[in-house]
Amino acid sequence: MSTLVENVACPFCGCLCDDLTVEAEGTEILKVRLACSSGQGIFKDYDPSPRRPLIEGREVEWDEAVAAAAKILAAADSPLIYGLSSSASEAQRKAVALADRIGAVIDSTSSVCHGPTGLAMQAVGEPTCTLGEVRDRADLLVFWGCNPDASHLRHFPRFSLTAKGALTPNGRADRTVYVVDVRPTGSSKKADHFLQVDFGTDFEVLTTLRLLVKGMEPSTDTVGGVPVARLKELVERMKSCRYGVAFMGMGLTMGSARQLNVAELFTLVAELNEFARFSVIPMRGHGNVTGADQVLTWTSGYPFAVSFARGYPQFGPGEFTAVDMLARRAADAAVIIASDPGAHFPAAAAAHLRRIPTIVLDHGPSVVSSHASVLFPTAAYGVDAAGTAYRMDNVPIPLTKVISTGRPTDEEILDRIIEVVS
Amino acid sequence: MMLGILGGRVYDPRSGKDGEVGDIWVKDGRVVAAEDVDREAAQTIDAAGLVVMPGGVDVHAHIAGGEVNAGRKMRPEDHRGHERARAGNVRAGAGGTVPSTYLTGYLYSELGYTTAMQASAAPLVARHTHEELEDVPNIDKGAFIVMGNNHFIMKCIADRQPEKARDYVAWLLGASRGYAIKVVNPGGVENWKWGKNVAELDDEVIGYGVTPRQIVQTLATIADDLGLPHSVHIHGINLGRHTSARTTVETIAALDGHRAHLCHLQFLSYGAGRDHVHKSEAAAVAAAVNASRGVTVDVGQLVFGNATTMTCDGPLQHGLHRATGNKWINDDVEGESGGGIVPIEYKPGNPIHGTMWLTGMELFLLIDDPWRVFLSTDHPNAGPFTSYPQVIKLLMDRDYRREMFESLSPRARREALLPELDREYSLAEIAVITRAGPARALGLERKGHLGVGADGDIAVYEERADKEAMFARPRYVYKGGALVARDGVVLADVSGHTFSVAPEYDAGIEAELREYFKKAYTVSFDNYSVRDGSGPPTEIVACG
Amino acid sequence: MSEPLTLITGRTRKQAIGMHKGKDSPEYRAATALVEMNPEDMARLNIEDGGQALLRTAEGEIELTAHAGSLPAGLVFVPMGTLVNKLIGTETLGTGMPSFKGQKVDIAPVAEREGAS
Repeated sequence: MSTLVENVACPFCGCLCDDLTVEAEGTEILKVRLACSSGQGIFKDYDPSPRRPLIEGREVEWDEAVAAAAKILAAADSPLIYGLSSSASEAQRKAVALADRIGAVIDSTSSVCHGPTGLAMQAVGEPTCTLGEVRDRADLLVFWGCNPDASHLRHFPRFSLTAKGALTPNGRADRTVYVVDVRPTGSSKKADHFLQVDFGTDFEVLTTLRLLVKGMEPSTDTVGGVPVARLKELVERMKSCRYGVAFMGMGLTMGSARQLNVAELFTLVAELNEFARFSVIPMRGHGNVTGADQVLTWTSGYPFAVSFARGYPQFGPGEFTAVDMLARRAADAAVIIASDPGAHFPAAAAAHLRRIPTIVLDHGPSVVSSHASVLFPTAAYGVDAAGTAYRMDNVPIPLTKVISTGRPTDEEILDRIIEVVS
Repeated sequence: MMLGILGGRVYDPRSGKDGEVGDIWVKDGRVVAAEDVDREAAQTIDAAGLVVMPGGVDVHAHIAGGEVNAGRKMRPEDHRGHERARAGNVRAGAGGTVPSTYLTGYLYSELGYTTAMQASAAPLVARHTHEELEDVPNIDKGAFIVMGNNHFIMKCIADRQPEKARDYVAWLLGASRGYAIKVVNPGGVENWKWGKNVAELDDEVIGYGVTPRQIVQTLATIADDLGLPHSVHIHGINLGRHTSARTTVETIAALDGHRAHLCHLQFLSYGAGRDHVHKSEAAAVAAAVNASRGVTVDVGQLVFGNATTMTCDGPLQHGLHRATGNKWINDDVEGESGGGIVPIEYKPGNPIHGTMWLTGMELFLLIDDPWRVFLSTDHPNAGPFTSYPQVIKLLMDRDYRREMFESLSPRARREALLPELDREYSLAEIAVITRAGPARALGLERKGHLGVGADGDIAVYEERADKEAMFARPRYVYKGGALVARDGVVLADVSGHTFSVAPEYDAGIEAELREYFKKAYTVSFDNYSVRDGSGPPTEIVACG
Repeated sequence: MSEPLTLITGRTRKQAIGMHKGKDSPEYRAATALVEMNPEDMARLNIEDGGQALLRTAEGEIELTAHAGSLPAGLVFVPMGTLVNKLIGTETLGTGMPSFKGQKVDIAPVAEREGAS
């Protein structure tokens, strides 16, 4: 007897599409309607078979695993809690409670994704909007250093490129679309205008745009490999649009100028508001990395790279960010929650996780879980666990427990660990 | 669990107690009559010579939700130097004007406040507000739901369908687990999405053809028709402008006898001054408030020092960014709202800030009835709530007030009425404007008083000549009868609960809303409502 | 040897699909063990379209299948994942963010290396 669950939110990426219908029979997911190929995998590739926690690869009972984890943390001088972006905000709040209790450093995947965006926002602010405003009002879109065609597969049809809204009844035809990138992509092919910039020159191009907005003349004919004439066209369109929206991604945050790139874009957007309404939305990658930012901020004051080692929150990008903590061997124990830094960190940083006791909470196999000192196979959020997640535009979306394997949630395990360490 | 606070000087305006010596007994979290308590088993405090008041009730503050949290994220510089270490169950935190959530609750405890209302929440992100409120300990709370730029409501007004608007509002309050209807710059925030604003009550909202006057009247009528415990709560048009006093007076007239609460009224009481500096028109505004029926206000008193402006008033915040050059967050929320955040520092030597400061003081001193004018700093817009003791001192001590007035720029002082205003608030009046009055205006029956049945939310102060020192360091603070602070320092983390309303509505509207959502929003109708089980335990306050 | 090229890493649809199958899966391997290069660069470096290339940085070296793609000269793209992270350093310029885009990399055909040793 299969069940049909409607209005399910896909927890994979920052779109948090909440219009999915999932057909399940027992703990087997049969069909997922409307999810993109990435989202299909989240549901269909979830292995619901019963699993027990492991200590050094040996199966144990849950209480023993909790005790072992608590023991590791009690003995640690410099524990690091990392991940969070694929778990619900309820679990993220527990992670902060644990960090507070044991004086840990806590960081989320923001630090290797939109951390620089957060730093830029701290410096210059951020004129933004929710995705419905994009769909309903935006007649000019600029995708800078991001490729939604590869990373956020339903973004174009649901919110941006082809979405139809109150003032954009003709969808694509009602919009002018720019893509700015260092190479052609699936997204650039769908744009009206593709500005190919030389690698490492985004800052120069952005600052030139700011000059042009103010009516000044650059002293060269090309900037970053782009003819100034084309930049002038873009500026003209930006100054005369009804509502413009820029989307930005890793092309800016991972560039050599990091947050300076992003701050320059945010400043450009703020300055454009003298002429036309303009907003910017960061293309947040993981399903609930925005939630991790929100939770860390409301509980500690800071969005990532937080240390509770002194008993109060300290913010230290470059010090308390996970890659730095691991590369410098500053962490002597780690709690990895719903994330795989073993796969996604530079190898030298990931290697340190093999040297220190590592407690992993995850629903499935990963590089880091394969060598965990203690492994808790927890319920996958949005599939096997309900909770709250925050979309890339900060709209909170409820997650559905579509199947029930009986596994504990990340929140429950963290709660139990906190109880034992307290 | 039983508690007796014995022999203190009780200031309980609602019960008519103006410093009379008496005992307060609390059992199972509520105030009870003395005869209902087993004195042998009760824990007692000798409050002889001390002042006993109900716990403070903050009628309007920005403490939790998307906008507040964006302000926190943007301002690491606000947190450094304002850290608080963990101590037992009391959590770590940080923040000066935008403290982190645990610290927010503790700071309220350290002032003797036990209830605070989150000034605004867009319903689309109400889930965030409630989740964050769950992490604000030691106070009971509620959220005001912004509706003054709501597309569905404006369409109802345009289509002349007031009953549908009423059903929608009732549904919306339940769906967002809200406490009251909030209006912010009605029509102006929608116009800002077109790069414009409103300037008069009869200006048109782009795309709807309705006016701010109609929005205010519709929502004020609905709040009364639904019998909501709190009236419509209004942040009016023209905040910060020299036309604000005039349009505030016009707004009061437009209410036509309906209840309303006008928030942070200091920001909306200016007239045109000389040399680009506004002047205070508090006298005109106070006169209109005094003459009205059913209007309450909170002042939003400016406090010199750091502040973080954060409101749902998008065009206002953009204007502040342009005027100050400070970093700026804007957030346009589909179909419902907008807003922005700009840090600011208020300086006594700045003539504009000086004018704002004395406007607030004049409002306090010219509005006659303390039951209608409440203490606030529109935290953190005009200053942080931790400055409330300073404001109390300014009201109670005219010499201190005069001293601060003298420190203002001459351009701010030149047309001020303040030097002629000698009035000093009494302790009883302070108890009204910080406790009894807000509780009554909010319709919170068990708050703001110490009569039998009240919640055991109690603040005990040592009477001191320096009233700022007095109110900054309560001797004992109880929340539901549990001691949460002593000598101005928090010592326990307890959960509070949320008040909300769930007025009746014609369920037929849901089918229409389901369809409406497909076009108007980017979330499913079924995912929009804050579901049961999320957020702090809620107490539904009856309507009617 | 020729000038190092600039490496950028990032998301692809197949990498995401492969990730859900598991990082040991053939799908993941196929999706991440590749490098897209500018055709002129490939010709200059004697790397065949579909051939094996050795990528080396100060951090380590890996072998990937090279494909001609729409890259400007001097830029190569490898999907994010376990393989390419062997090449990325841990310097974050005080931000926490390593050089997932912009790492300098030496590239040679695998056959050339085997011939040299």
